[in-house]
Amino acid sequence: MFTALFGSVEQGIIYAIMALGVYLTFRVLDFPDLTVDGSFVTGAATAAMMIALGYHPIIATVLAIVAGFIAGCMTGLLHTKGKINPLLSGILMMIALYSINLRIMGLSDENAKVKPNIPLMNDDSIFTQFQGFWGNLGIDDALINFFKNTLGFQNAPSTWGTILVVLILTLIIKFIVDWFLKTEVGLAIRATGDNKRMIRSFSANTDGLIVLGLGISNALVAFSGALIAQYSKFADANMGIGMIVIGLASVIIGEAIFGTKTIFRTTMAVVAGAIIYRIIYAVALRIDWLDTSDMKLITAIIVVLALVIPQLVDKRREKIRKEKRRTERLTQQREVTQTQGGNHLA
Amino acid sequence: MLKLEGINKIFNEATPDEKIALDNINLHLAPGDFVTIIGSNGAGKSTMMNMISGALTPDFGAVTIEGREVTRLPEYKRSQYIGRVFQDPMAGTAPSMTIEENLAIAYSRNAKRGLRKGVSRGRRDFFKSSLEKLGLGLENRFNAKVGMLSGGERQALSLLMATFTKPSILLLDEHTAALDPSRAELITRLTKQLVEEGNLTTLMVTHNMQQAIDLGNRLIMMDKGQIILTIDDEKKPTLTIPDLMSEFEKIRGEKMNSDRALLGS
Repeated sequence: MFTALFGSVEQGIIYAIMALGVYLTFRVLDFPDLTVDGSFVTGAATAAMMIALGYHPIIATVLAIVAGFIAGCMTGLLHTKGKINPLLSGILMMIALYSINLRIMGLSDENAKVKPNIPLMNDDSIFTQFQGFWGNLGIDDALINFFKNTLGFQNAPSTWGTILVVLILTLIIKFIVDWFLKTEVGLAIRATGDNKRMIRSFSANTDGLIVLGLGISNALVAFSGALIAQYSKFADANMGIGMIVIGLASVIIGEAIFGTKTIFRTTMAVVAGAIIYRIIYAVALRIDWLDTSDMKLITAIIVVLALVIPQLVDKRREKIRKEKRRTERLTQQREVTQTQGGNHLA
Repeated sequence: MLKLEGINKIFNEATPDEKIALDNINLHLAPGDFVTIIGSNGAGKSTMMNMISGALTPDFGAVTIEGREVTRLPEYKRSQYIGRVFQDPMAGTAPSMTIEENLAIAYSRNAKRGLRKGVSRGRRDFFKSSLEKLGLGLENRFNAKVGMLSGGERQALSLLMATFTKPSILLLDEHTAALDPSRAELITRLTKQLVEEGNLTTLMVTHNMQQAIDLGNRLIMMDKGQIILTIDDEKKPTLTIPDLMSEFEKIRGEKMNSDRALLGS
């Protein structure tokens, strides 16, 4: 169980980068961007294709990020220049990317135009690269000994290198997002999601900011996809299905648990939400009568609950507050009439 | 400073709802002019403001700001020169952002936005001293989200944000109409103070005749898309509401029918 959860946390940390991207569009820009299902695969496909062709994993990952950025910008252009509804822009881009992703993967094979997947079983990845360095340090052996001998676990995670790499990468991304949202451009993007009319009256080009915001968001999503492909040693045309809902679930779970007081806290909440989602996922899979394919239904239910419950809580709080105010007013009035009555008698 | 030449605008052209919103409008503001605009509903006041700000483009005619023709310049480019306060107190600020972040957005109006920190230490001092001028204690609530402020406070903040970068033109579109009387008075006082301090060229639309008479050095009256009356520097100080009413009757040959304008909502 521990090892399974450990794997979920590793994956959760990688998916957190995707969730940060979703946070940028859904929350900051107030733009429900469905490109994510496609751009996640674009990232995975680009990285896998490059690695399969023998390029360095870091170059492959950077190119994946660029591909995601371009995809996001395209959605932004469809919406701002083509005046297409935000949801539809995202859906159009998502379905266009499905074909494009098959073509991207096809580039890895001279004999095929398109390919539905690329296995990376024996290829290098960011993780194997780091493992080479990390393994020499001997920390893994020490930790495995600690878990097996001191804590008495039967199984221990075979390496802590992976979780360290992904944790560092995700935290770097989180801090970059925090910093970016406080810059002049970042403030303008936030204001675009908050009050378009206002930010236009302060000489900001909202169209440009929407395109940029979508580009950055999908760059993060593609980055996450590239890492997942390298982590699971596999890229597949269908690996992005439902990704947007998973991202949204992460954002909502995180926000509900940790709050949104400041940006620093909100992005932390999003990262934590992504990890918690993966843990829920792992636990749900251990329940006998559930099947892996039920997970999409469960995800949908989680999102619905996370959206509905806060409303109910707010309503209830409002009711309690109103009743309290009413009793306060009533007692006040009683006191006033009593003192007035006293004066009258005197 | 600002020139409108032969501005025409027709809404819903060639349909039964056709409406001539602006009919050959000519207006010229010298630097430092403070012009108040009155007129009944549908007179074209707001449409004229939108022509200047770039939210609408005229069918014919030209808009010139500081000698530069801006008729076709999109709103976001033009707003470099134009400060604006809307009637709706919610419209001029970003509610989920803090007071200082809102000020930072307004502060970057003139410059290209880059990856500099929006709220730097030097700017914070400037924001603080600007907020102190409002006398509302907002300088102590720097990190409060603007959505938590009252309508009056938000409108005062909008006014500050529109003026503290010294725009070439300040547009005030019934910016006190949605406030209760005491708050409206506060905003009127702040308007006067901020416009005088910055010597800003200002256009203010109002429904309140008394306010139109009290503020500014010139007054224009609009009706049915035309400017029907102009009162300039010399006559303005002695102007009264009955004067305005009789002028209107003389020009239009009918009684002014807007109770709202008379009572000054």
